[in-house]
Amino acid sequence: MLNLNAFVVGLLFGLGLIISGMTDPSKVIGFLDLAGAWDPSLAFVMGGAILIGTTAFTVAKKRQRSLLGAPMRLSSATGLDSRLLLGSLVFGIGWGMSGFCPGPAVVSAAAGQPKAWIFVASMLAGMALYSMIERRGK
Amino acid sequence: MNSSDFIHSVYIAGLAGGLLIGVAAAMFVLLNGRIAGISGILGGLLQADKGDKLWRVLFLLGMATAPFVYQITSDLPPVTIEAGTMQLIIAGLLVGLGTSFASGCTSGHGICGISRGSIRSIAATLTFMMAGFITVYLTRHLIGL
Repeated sequence: MLNLNAFVVGLLFGLGLIISGMTDPSKVIGFLDLAGAWDPSLAFVMGGAILIGTTAFTVAKKRQRSLLGAPMRLSSATGLDSRLLLGSLVFGIGWGMSGFCPGPAVVSAAAGQPKAWIFVASMLAGMALYSMIERRGK
Repeated sequence: MNSSDFIHSVYIAGLAGGLLIGVAAAMFVLLNGRIAGISGILGGLLQADKGDKLWRVLFLLGMATAPFVYQITSDLPPVTIEAGTMQLIIAGLLVGLGTSFASGCTSGHGICGISRGSIRSIAATLTFMMAGFITVYLTRHLIGL
């Protein structure tokens, strides 16, 4: 049941990304281009998602287990640190350079965009590199 | 503006897509007890010590099915990728490394984290948005890539 729901959620998430316009990198860059012909429509994507999300997370935070009985795995980390902020900075630079963040890149790659394959392969290499750095640090 | 313009407006499309993403994130946390964060779901597949691979694969398979389901009713919206190969390789590495260090991306921090009221996620989102704004300003208006 949990696995089936993971598939359904992935499908709905992907459809939401396509409908919203997030899978078009030139549109994402148009949203990030404050000094150009700024396209604010993507702010509505985040707004719509957070509107629903806030209700769900308000319920989820009060529970120890999900409605299907799975443990509630919400991050317990608090406080700001350099990993969070520098990591986000580096992510934002890559996002601005390409117009891709992870979700839309996966959907575009699946839709058969060769340039999205290049991006996703490189992103996975970056994640693997992180795992190597972490292992070496231990 | 007639009704068809209204329905096809990018704002309505953005809002509708956003609401659907919100429903997906809500279903995932309420039923599976998990954060719908794409970088985390991908990253977990690359860590050999994590045993919980099946749901991650199924989630990604669902995402990968989305363009085909969408195509049942209409053509996929046009996609324009302006970045060249080298730029995409560097950007991909930065996104992979950055989201791993930050433990989240646009979905995990930007949508789920903010919905949860997490200070860390709000700070992360402000940081990557700022970095995105500045990067586009530099590449579009100063360097002209």
